[in-house]
Amino acid sequence: MRTSPGVRAAQYVALFGYVVFLGFPLLWLVSTAFKPPAELSQLTPTLFPVDWTWSNFQVAFAESQLPGALRNSFVVAVATAIITTLVALPAAYAIARYRSAVRNATIGWILISQVFPFILIVIPVFIVLKQIGLINTLPGLVIVYVVWALPFTLWMLQGYVAAIPRDLEEAASTDGANRFVILRAIIFPLLLPGLVATSMFAFINAWNEFFFALVIIQDPALQTAPLLLARYVGAEGSVNLGPLAATALITTLPSLIIFSIIQRKLVSGMLSGSVKG
Amino acid sequence: MAAVTQAPQPTRTRPPKRPPTQATANRRALWFLLLPSLVPVVLFSVYPLLNGIWLGFTDAQAGYQVDYHFNGLDNYVRLLKDDVFWNSFKIGLIWAFSVTILQFVLALGLALLLNAGLRFQWLVRPLALVPWAMPSVIVAILWKLIYHPDAGILNAVLKGLGIIDTNINWLGSFELALPAVIVVGVWAGMPQTTVTLLAGLQNTPYELHEAAALDGANGWQRFRTVTWPALRPIAIAITSLDFVWNFNSFGLVYVLTEGGPGGRTQLPMLFAYQRAFGNGEFGYAAALGNAMVIVIMAIMGAYLWRQLKEAV
Repeated sequence: MRTSPGVRAAQYVALFGYVVFLGFPLLWLVSTAFKPPAELSQLTPTLFPVDWTWSNFQVAFAESQLPGALRNSFVVAVATAIITTLVALPAAYAIARYRSAVRNATIGWILISQVFPFILIVIPVFIVLKQIGLINTLPGLVIVYVVWALPFTLWMLQGYVAAIPRDLEEAASTDGANRFVILRAIIFPLLLPGLVATSMFAFINAWNEFFFALVIIQDPALQTAPLLLARYVGAEGSVNLGPLAATALITTLPSLIIFSIIQRKLVSGMLSGSVKG
Repeated sequence: MAAVTQAPQPTRTRPPKRPPTQATANRRALWFLLLPSLVPVVLFSVYPLLNGIWLGFTDAQAGYQVDYHFNGLDNYVRLLKDDVFWNSFKIGLIWAFSVTILQFVLALGLALLLNAGLRFQWLVRPLALVPWAMPSVIVAILWKLIYHPDAGILNAVLKGLGIIDTNINWLGSFELALPAVIVVGVWAGMPQTTVTLLAGLQNTPYELHEAAALDGANGWQRFRTVTWPALRPIAIAITSLDFVWNFNSFGLVYVLTEGGPGGRTQLPMLFAYQRAFGNGEFGYAAALGNAMVIVIMAIMGAYLWRQLKEAV
């Protein structure tokens, strides 16, 4: 199958178009974050900063509640990642090994939870959290994030469990080892990469989330980074654009780094549903 | 799928005196394993969802100790008379259809290019994934910087090319705000669609392509007869999901425009949020949520029904 030179050329032109569309906004964010204030208020902005500067980052860290917000986001995301994985692990094992109606129920629930708009869930969650005194607290936010990440986490994890041959367990059980020992000594080490990928997925979900945080957290001292940024945007002037871009860049980095580590697994996890059926 | 039945195993491996106990033990173990996931999901997902649907038929308000009562279809009668509701659903549908269709077309093009063995894959692949990893708030900020009336690069570029001579306030304009926001929606949602379609493309049998090429089929004919039939189920699945996600989308537009100017970008979720947490009208907002579910189900039902009929 040869492609003619003309078609090849057209393909590269199209590819270049995609690179510009996808990459340019990112480039502009980086450029804005490193521009000094004088360059930001210029009538004809330049593509790259003339004088690269860290001053926007200094301003972002010094003047705003950024450190606090980043800490809140980090605490919430780590707690969500750990709890989600611990809670999902036994169920994922059961779904993969027992292959009962529970399996179909999980898939069903994943699909249903996609269709229903968050407004239907967030109002009752708001009421429940208020009743148990967890509204406007980080633990309240963690609970919601854990539940929200659970369906997909379960699905990813059960795929990893299913990939471990059942014979391994059966061989061990005929040797007289009990179930718990089998789980700890055989399944767990094999499952570790899957557990890491799954918890990273839950971390990104929690780190990026905005809507539930907007509803649940009112206290500025408890706000997560996306909340801080959304509030920051309201008060924008040309002068504030630099620190705003710097803050946005810092907030994106953790998700980008983690995402680059797990993207392959995430993609295969997403597709396992449609392929394995 | 390996159809493994649990029941016969114990009778084979264990002494025959205890088979029923073993089966019950298995069942008990299953529930024991499921419980840690089941409890939070029921408490904070299933129950709120059912309760949310129910609230849509009541006059619930925000605040402590407020009793609320079943009021039948009152909320929906009010909805039908509410111009803001019609406006937001109209905008929601324009937004969801435009974003989903553009996303699909652009993602399919990109997936085909990525699958064509071109160079610069090391550059394009990561770029195609980055928006996926970014928080929606950051995506919104990114594009606010581009659309910025004074310091934005878009106005600077268009001026430089001589296309415009005064700065345009993209997100503040009645005509341009919605299209501008749609572009952002497409940018943010392209990665999932591209990746899914690319995976589908890589699953299409290579031999078929070769055979078709030997028979003298050109690129378009090969796409229509070999690629598309294999890709079709995946395309239907991802466009359905995209549509639902887009119709229910919130954060992106909330940060970009807060629904403005003059409600021109007020998606249904923004309207519902404002009713629930701005005005405290929990019942009315939940009714809006129910209306959104009905609209989604109707459109998805019609779409999937048509696709199924065509497939037969």
